[in-house]
Formats: sequence, C-alpha cells, structure tokens
Amino acid sequence: MHGTRILQEADRLMTVCNSCRYCEGLCAVFPAMEMRRAFSDGDLNYLANLCHACGACYTDCQFSPPHEFNVNVPKTLAVARAESYAAYAWPRAFAGAFARNGLVISLIAALSVAAFIFGFAAINDRGVLYGIHTGPGAFYKLMPHNAMALLFGAALLYAILALVMGVRAFWRAIGEPVGMKTDAKSLLQAVRDAGELRYLDGGGVGCFNEDDHPTDRRKLYHHFTFYGFVLCFAATCVGTLYHYLLAREAPYAWWDLPVVLGTLGGIGLVVGPIGLLSEKWKRDRVLVDEQQMGMDTAFILMLFLTSVTGLALLLWRESAAMGPLLALHLGVVFALFITMPYGKFVHGIYRFVALVRYARERQMMAE
Amino acid sequence: MTRRFDVLVIGGGNAALCAAISARRAGASVLVLEGAPKFYRGGNTRHTRNMRCAHDAATEILTGPYTEEEFWKDLLLVTGGQTDEELARFMIRESKDILNWIVEQGVRWQPSLGGTLSLGRTNSFFLGGGRAMLNALYRTAEELGVDVLYDAEVIDLVIENGMFLSAQLKQPVGGRTEVRASTLVAAAGGFEANIEWLKQYWGEAADNFLIRGTPYNRGAILKMLLAKGVQEIGDPTQCHAVAIDARAPKFDGGIITRHDSVVFGIVVNKHAERFYDEGEDIWPKRYAIWGRLVAAQPDQIAYIIFDSTVVTSFMPTLFPPIAGATIAELAGKLELDAPALEKTITDFNAAVQPGTFDHTILDDCATQGITPAKTHWARKIETPPYLAYPVRPGITFTYLGTRVNKQSRMLMKDGKPSANMFAAGEIMAGNVLGKGYAAGIGMTIGSVFGRVAGREAAKNARN
Ligand SMILES: Cc1cc2nc3c(=O)[nH]c(=O)nc-3n(C[C@H](O)[C@H](O)[C@H](O)COP(=O)(O)OP(=O)(O)OC[C@H]3O[C@@H](n4cnc5c(N)ncnc54)[C@H](O)[C@@H]3O)c2cc1C
Ligand code: SF4
Ligand code: SF4
Repeated sequence: MHGTRILQEADRLMTVCNSCRYCEGLCAVFPAMEMRRAFSDGDLNYLANLCHACGACYTDCQFSPPHEFNVNVPKTLAVARAESYAAYAWPRAFAGAFARNGLVISLIAALSVAAFIFGFAAINDRGVLYGIHTGPGAFYKLMPHNAMALLFGAALLYAILALVMGVRAFWRAIGEPVGMKTDAKSLLQAVRDAGELRYLDGGGVGCFNEDDHPTDRRKLYHHFTFYGFVLCFAATCVGTLYHYLLAREAPYAWWDLPVVLGTLGGIGLVVGPIGLLSEKWKRDRVLVDEQQMGMDTAFILMLFLTSVTGLALLLWRESAAMGPLLALHLGVVFALFITMPYGKFVHGIYRFVALVRYARERQMMAE
Repeated sequence: MTRRFDVLVIGGGNAALCAAISARRAGASVLVLEGAPKFYRGGNTRHTRNMRCAHDAATEILTGPYTEEEFWKDLLLVTGGQTDEELARFMIRESKDILNWIVEQGVRWQPSLGGTLSLGRTNSFFLGGGRAMLNALYRTAEELGVDVLYDAEVIDLVIENGMFLSAQLKQPVGGRTEVRASTLVAAAGGFEANIEWLKQYWGEAADNFLIRGTPYNRGAILKMLLAKGVQEIGDPTQCHAVAIDARAPKFDGGIITRHDSVVFGIVVNKHAERFYDEGEDIWPKRYAIWGRLVAAQPDQIAYIIFDSTVVTSFMPTLFPPIAGATIAELAGKLELDAPALEKTITDFNAAVQPGTFDHTILDDCATQGITPAKTHWARKIETPPYLAYPVRPGITFTYLGTRVNKQSRMLMKDGKPSANMFAAGEIMAGNVLGKGYAAGIGMTIGSVFGRVAGREAAKNARN
C-alpha cells in the first residue's frame, strides 16, 4: 500500500508498463522502471520526477483510455510529481503552500511590491521615489546598497536552505545509490541530459501537446526560459562581483557585461514564458494535471514579470519612472526568491536530482 | 461518397496503411476505410512490437547478419513446409528493403537495448511500439493526401466475375453508403474476433478463447471475398495461439497478458494433472504451442504452477500470481482437488534428476519415470509460498485467407488473377504461414505485401 491514491495508481501503471515495456526507448522512466519489480513511495516519486511530460507514452500506448486498462502515464506522473514537491517541502509546515500555490504567490508578490514602494517612500521623501537619478549609484539613492544586498542575500539564502533541505529529503527517499556523490561521470551525464532536455523529445520526434502531431516547441520555450533565467542570474552575480571587486556601481552602461547578460536573459524570460503559457493553454487536457495549473501558471507569470519589470527598468531608468519601476522589479524578484522552494521552480531541481540518480543507476548496470 | 477513388483500401492496420501510402506515392487517389473508431484504429497492429527482416550486415538497430537463406530456413521450420515457397522467398527478399522503406514513411526503430527478448538479430523493434508505428504511418498518409474514414465498417462488396465494383458501408458518409473505386486492396485482418466463426472449427471450446487483439477483426471481408469466388488458402483451424492469463479481458488484452513462466514450473489441467512436456523447447517456440495445448484441455483452462524461488526469473506480469503457503491452500484457491494436486507435485518432485539449470539453453535438468516427462529445466517445486497463474488459449490471429500471387493480386477459384482486387496482411497470411509462427512475421507480411499491393493497385487503376 502506498501513502496516497495517486501513488497507488502510479504503482498500478508501473506494473502494467513493466509487463509491456513497449515504451522503453522513449525516455529514462521506463528503463529505470525495468530495474525494479516492486515500487516504494520513494521509487515512484523518483520515476515521477524523471518524467519530462513529453506525452509520447500516452499517444503511443495501446492501453490509453478508452481502453479498459486506462493507462495514462504522463498525467499520473504529473500528479504524483506535484504531490512529491509538497511531500519533501521544508519546513514541513509550508507544504500546504503547493496546494494553494497560485494564490500564495500572488499574495506574496503583491505584498512584496507594496512593501518596496512603501519602503522607498518611507525611507526617503516622495521626491526621491519620483526623482530622476542617473549615473553610478543611482539605484542606491532609493535603497542603500547594503540594505539591498542584505535583504536579497537573506531571501536567497533562505530559498537555498529550503531547497537544499527539500532535495535532501527527496534524495533520501529515492534511495541514493552507493557512490553517487563521488561519481563525477554520472553528474556530468545528468548535467548534459538536463542541459539539452534530452527526455523532452518523445524519443526523438518531439513533444506531444495538443494532438498526435509532435513538435519541438515546448522544448524550445523551456530552453528560452531556462537559459534566460541562467543569464539573468549570471548578470546578478557579475553585478555583485563588479560592486565588491571592482567597486563599480550599478546602473551600468548598456554594453557592459551585467546589462548584456541581463538583457539577453530578460528576452529569453519573455519569449520562454509566453511560449510555455500558450503551449500549456493548447495542451490536450487528458495529459494535464488540472490541479497544478495554478502553480504552473503562477511560476511562469513570476518569471515573465521579473524580466518585463527588469527590461522596463533598463529602458526607463533615466526617467522619473525609475523609482517606481525599481520598486516593482525588486518586489517581484524578492517574491520570486522566497516562493521558489514552494512552487514550480523545484521541478527543475528534482528532475535534475532524478537524472543524476538515473545516470548513476545506468553506470552501475554497465559496471 | 460520390467521389470515385483509384484505390480503395479496406482496413486500417499496418498492411492497409502500407498499401495506401504506396498507392498514393505511385500517384493514385486513395481512400482508407477503417471499421474501428479512431482510438482503436489499426487493429492488431496496435499491439505489435517488432518486425522480422532479412539483412546482410549488422546495423544500428540490429546485430547481424540475418540472411535470406536463414530466414527461409526459420520459416520452413515453423511451418513444417506448409508455405508457398515462391511467395515466401519473394517476401523474404523484399523484407530487406522494407527495413529502410518503413523508415522513409516516418516509422522509427529502437536501438537494440538488449532487454528482455533475445530477438536483437532477427527482429527490429518499433520505437514506442506498434501504436507509435501506426501513428507515424497515419501522419504520413494524411500528409500525402490519403483520405481516411473511421467508423467506416464495410458490410458488403459488389464483385462481378472477379472484378470489384463497389463497397457498402454500415453507416452513411455524406448521405451515401456506397463507395466506388477502380481497384480494391483488402487489408481487413483475420477473423479471430469472430467467436461464432471460430466455433465452426473448434466447437463450443471457442467460447473459452480469449482474443488478444482487436475486437474489430471479425473476418467479414474475408468471408465475402471467399463467397464471391476468390480462392481460399490455409487451414481454418490453424492460428497463432498462446497461453495467456485467464483473468485477461475477452478482447484486446494485448501483449501484457502473456505468460513466459512455463519452463520454470509445471502446467496442470482442471483435474490437477500434467499433460505436456513443459521443457520441450526454448522461447519463442514453446511460447506459441501452449495456446493449442490449453485449448485441448477440459474447459480450456490450465494452471502454471511454480514456487517462490523462480518469481524473478521471468518477465513481470500484469496479474499477480495466486499464492498459497501450502499446496493444499493453493489448490483451494484455484478450486482444484487438493490431494490430486499434492500427488502430481510429489510425483513430479520425485522424478526430478540432478542437473545444472540454465534456462538459456536446453539444459540437462530432466525428469525420469513420469509421463509426460519434463525434458529440460526440471527442478523441484518445494519452496513455499507456492504460486500459480491460471491460463486460457489466447488467439493472436488466424491463417485462413485469400490466395494471392506475387503482385499481391487475388487469385480466383479458377486460378485466374482478379481484374482489380489485391490483398495484404493477415487476410492473406496463410499463403506464407500454413501453420506455426516466427515472431515478427505478421508485420513483415503486412508491410511487404501491403507495399506491393498498393503499388500494383495504383498501376492497375491508371490503366
Ligand atoms: C498482442 C499481439 C502482439 C503481436 N505482436 C506482433 C509483433 O510483435 N510482430 C508481428 O509481426 N506481429 C505481431 N502480432 C501479429 C500482428 O498484429 C498481425 O500480424 C498484424 O497486425 C496484421 O496486420 P494487418 O494490417 O493485416 O491487420 P490488422 O492490423 O489487424 O488490421 C486490420 C484492420 O481491418 C479493420 N477491419 C476489419 N474488418 C473491417 C471491415 N469490415 N470494414 C472496415 N475495416 C475493417 C480493423 O479495424 C483493422 O484496422 C501481434 C498480435 C497481437 C494480437
Ligand atoms: S505506456 Fe502503454 S505502451 Fe508504454 S509501456 Fe506502458 S503500457 Fe506499454
Ligand atoms: S517523459 Fe514522456 S515518454 Fe517518458 S514517462 Fe514522461 S510522458 Fe511518458
């Protein structure tokens, strides 16, 4: 017996699939399944997070509904996946945030934005919030650099701590194979698999979304989003290094590295989320975990807002709009940071961990 | 359907789609009539996994070579010579090119994973299985401009002197039920889902058969063609039948209801008696004989009995084994006579001789002094819990069909070729498979003769 109904169903499906195995060439889930005969909760959560929701095994299955065996692997694993995020959340008390994720994120986002605007106005007089500030250090007229660093450093550290604790619980539940931590080869393999989204290709033809015609669009928009995020993150890191190592203060010129990285990343984070949302909109409902739609949408919107406010700030930073835009941008980023461990963001991390485990498992099989 | 097509294809499986695509590529206008609804399109092809093709060298997907001559020998072996040598050799030769042709139609092969089945040299596996393969064929056909109708069951054919004129549909399309075309390709499968018809040869026993594949292959087209002067081929009692789980659905249970555990235990009938040598031969031959063996037992039921030492030696199964801590308890659950089962197992255990067990070869573990003997892989059943699978005959497909020549053109009873009728796939499989079966040949027959039939029908239509 399993902890939840969905794990019970996932177990039933894995038993069906394990006696069929037609899908073994499509992705990592099936070969990983074949290495087992019985499935613990942890095993099922591992398989659920290994699934990239490409939909191929639904379109290709001779037993998908209306067949009486009622095999729908993508949807079942999607629900199990969403539940697994809550199951390993840290601190435990916040696990419920996943269920009401859309609402939680919008509330936190709204509050953070309001707090920044109010904060700016309270620290300074209104003239500063709406004033025109240019040149190095302009941003810090609104909020001293140290305060900014402290606030965001703390939020980020908290996010990292919560994520690490969650991943640790997940890692233990899925049963870490021997030698996994020291196995650079498996790690590298997983980085490669995650970096190219190897399993979001339906075994080669593309992802199944609105009908049985596969396309590469979901993969493309994922790439835009992911690499956009990475570039933005890099921009922030370079900015921080500039500040502390070179004593160069933001805002930087448009051609300077942090701005170039941030702009490219920002564009990725506009194109990617819009694409992902529209694909999600079109997706065949039979593949979708409806419960999770709020969480997915909230996360995608947060990424989109982060980049849009950031780009707007870049465009209008030399005008009177700079103050409100900065407050808006910082508010959104702050909200993004603190909600990260309790929303869709974790899917990338859990998937990566599952890929590491899979790579290690393959490695051990080969040895 | 007021439009007149060059080629009408009846059926929606591998053979039908290969014919449709090949006819369209040869320039013909093509209509496919699939009797099933869209989800169930593609008949038994939905349930397949691989195809057997000759090849001269190893490829990315196949270890090799598998020569024409070896393929021919394998076919000769399973059919015991009941095959049309000219057609069979023709098919084998064509199968070489099919490996590539089918890829050109969008079907993808799976790189050999070296998994469960030992067919990596002779058979290529469809990436994602038969339904993935079908989806690719349908996409290609539609892109080429082939018209496909679902829920389009054909209930009558107008044929005059070996010449096809029109087909009648059960449900009207565009207000009409008559479809006219210059040529016909019949690719509507066998009659395995027609229990009444099976009963003509098997008697009441057929009521206890389970049909592994589509419920839509009821043989209506085959019956009409034979009634309208097409020459028949094949023995109607011959079919491909395996032992599948008795708890499987009546139709469409597919591949996952099979059992591969016979060699690891013994098989008894409802009187708790053994009735055949469970160690006669290795997979896949033994796989294909047990359907018939069980069909010959009272009430068409049997039980594979083994113990807990071997559970991980075969493929995981859909239905869990039935377990008992003692033989008597197991017998109770199976509703078998407990003393009888105990005696069968005690006798069997006593007859087991020492040997070195190896299920990959015909090993030296055998019984002595009982009938039937178990000639290989005989080991005592003595470690509880004792386990069992109930099994029934699972019919895969039938071999009675229409006679064809190398153009896949139907031959009439008088031996003359039909003016405009072709057949491909299961409906003419009996030309090549008189009896027996070698894994993956069903798809070879469908693809090779489907491709030929489509091409020839297109040529015929334009003359
Ligand atoms: C579980 C299982 C596994 C198998 N695995 C393999 C394998 O791995 N490799 C292999 O080579 N073979 C395999 N076979 C055998 C293989 O399925 C058949 O040989 C093959 O599918 C025959 O192809 P076909 O196109 O002739 O017929 P089918 O694929 O059965 O198609 C027949 C079509 O005709 C349609 N039809 C029937 N009557 C009418 C009507 N009156 N009007 C309109 N349409 C009609 C049906 O709906 C269906 O679409 C397997 C079979 C089963 C059941
Ligand atoms: S999803 Fe369907 S076809 Fe794929 S392995 Fe599972 S049961 Fe088989
Ligand atoms: S990644 Fe695709 S093929 Fe694999 S389990 Fe998920 S939906 Fe199925």
